Amino acid sequence: MNLWLVLAINSITLGGLLFLLSAGFSLIFGLMRIPNLMHGSFFMLGAYMGSTFLAKGFGFWPAALASAASMAVLGGLVERFLLRRLAGQELAQVLLTLGLSFIIADACLMVWTGDPIQPSTPPDLRGAIIRSGLVFPIYRLAIVGVAIAMAIALWLLIDKTRIGAMIRAGVDDAPIARVVGIKVSQLFTLVFCLGAALAAFAGVVGSPYLSIYPGLDAEMLPLALIVVILGGAGSLPGALLGSFIIGFLYNFGQAMFPDLAYVILFVPMVLVLVLRPQGLFGRVAL
Amino acid sequence: MTRSLSTLVASAVALLLLATLPLWLGNTYYINVASQILYWAVFALGLNVLVGWAGLTSLGHAALFAVSGYTAAILVTAGHSHLVGAVAAIAMTVATAAVFAVLALRATGIGFLMITLALGQILWGIAYRWASLTNGDNGINFKTRPQPFGLDLTSAPAFYYLALLVFLAAVASMLVFVRSPLGAALRGTRDQPRRMTALGYNVWLIRFLAFLLSGFWTAVAGLLFLYYNQFISPQIAALQTSAEALLMVISGGTATILGPIAGAAIVVIMKNVVSAYVERWNMVLGIIFVLIISFMPEGLVPGVRRLIGVAWRGMRPAKAVITVRGEASS
Repeated sequence: MNLWLVLAINSITLGGLLFLLSAGFSLIFGLMRIPNLMHGSFFMLGAYMGSTFLAKGFGFWPAALASAASMAVLGGLVERFLLRRLAGQELAQVLLTLGLSFIIADACLMVWTGDPIQPSTPPDLRGAIIRSGLVFPIYRLAIVGVAIAMAIALWLLIDKTRIGAMIRAGVDDAPIARVVGIKVSQLFTLVFCLGAALAAFAGVVGSPYLSIYPGLDAEMLPLALIVVILGGAGSLPGALLGSFIIGFLYNFGQAMFPDLAYVILFVPMVLVLVLRPQGLFGRVAL
Repeated sequence: MTRSLSTLVASAVALLLLATLPLWLGNTYYINVASQILYWAVFALGLNVLVGWAGLTSLGHAALFAVSGYTAAILVTAGHSHLVGAVAAIAMTVATAAVFAVLALRATGIGFLMITLALGQILWGIAYRWASLTNGDNGINFKTRPQPFGLDLTSAPAFYYLALLVFLAAVASMLVFVRSPLGAALRGTRDQPRRMTALGYNVWLIRFLAFLLSGFWTAVAGLLFLYYNQFISPQIAALQTSAEALLMVISGGTATILGPIAGAAIVVIMKNVVSAYVERWNMVLGIIFVLIISFMPEGLVPGVRRLIGVAWRGMRPAKAVITVRGEASS
């Protein structure tokens, strides 16, 4: 009984992390029509930066925010100076992000070496709550709380603000959005920064639980890809639902069929591709 | 006429050079590098069927490459003959390619790339996690190279000639394919899919067949890789391998036959040279990728051809339109 509960908590935790990672990925995809193959790198580099900020004596949350801010700057630079040059050539843009992801992965290996780093959990969030014989680790619950808070904040941003309306317009029809005077290319930069920051934030928040090691980027990127194929590009509710589906499948799959955990992830993706290629909440097929 | 004659002479000289390479190269190390170039070129030619002629960029081909190597390694280690291993490896890989194709051809362009990437990563996950089958991260040691018709392939020149034979077969098949009605139809589906549909072609089926052909040569290259290294590990199924193969195709020039071969030579030589001095191959791979995409996206072979053309026409400024070659739309 307790095993199932632990699995469920792990699943929800991973789902929350995946949402933080894939929300930005989905928005970038929806708006710019490219899967950002650097997204796993933002996650990993963000986590490494967070560990360095922690080692420099920052508190946990300030370190997460500082890391997110630095990734936002990096994302902005990449968008402005590299992706912008290739505007309209989606394939070239994707391959550019792929090349950059190798550079970042190798740079991380140079700076932080290959040894895994596991930052300690923030002191206030250690331990567990015990309710009627069931154990709830506080930090896992905190991750879920942060993810839910972010989801609400993003929903408010996208659905209730002027910027959000502009982003939605850009996702739906970029040329028409341009015609009515929305500066879509500025939105690209903004969304790219936001996505990079969210991924880095997720990296830092997830690091006490996942630990940070070379190859983490390549492990997270396909998860974000699958979430977006499931949920539909550009859709936040889709990213949320997709994240939790993958969170549950990954943890339960690994517990029950450890050899085939990866294949199980692939089942809902296949179903969605065959039955509903635009994703659960998406409007256009990939 | 002169053009076809010069092509003929150039091909004859190239063939002669390739056939006598172990004699004038001498050093085992260089012969081995040449063997590596040949099997990577077969892989790149296979990938180019999709990337170049079909306009469908796959980032999951390393998985197909690995399926082939793993199937042969597992079967031969389990006591089956090399022939059974090789035939099963190719059959298994083409079947996997068919599954990939059915799923990935739901989309074109970026969607195709994403789906092949996700599928490739899943197979990487199997190679890495399904330890009882694949021996996980430790990989599988492959004890002996096969001995077709009693020929011993353990020496570097012997293996080089096997790789050369396979390579020439791959080139010949590409020459035939490009000139065949199917090849022409495939280029049609890349450039004008709607018009092809209107003309009564089954665009999906043409792309599907192209995927199978691509899978076939990827499988053959995977087998050569296994025979050459006598070892296979999940590393080979990783995204880096797909990216390296794609870099070969793009750097050489897509939708040409010489391009992927030149690209394979460049990438393999660079990898060997760079690895001899620093352990930063992935960094270099990334940097070349970014530079080529940003500055010479049409690839080296068409790029050089363009430059020669410019020089030929008396240094008139060429108004070259540089785009990454044909991305298919639905």
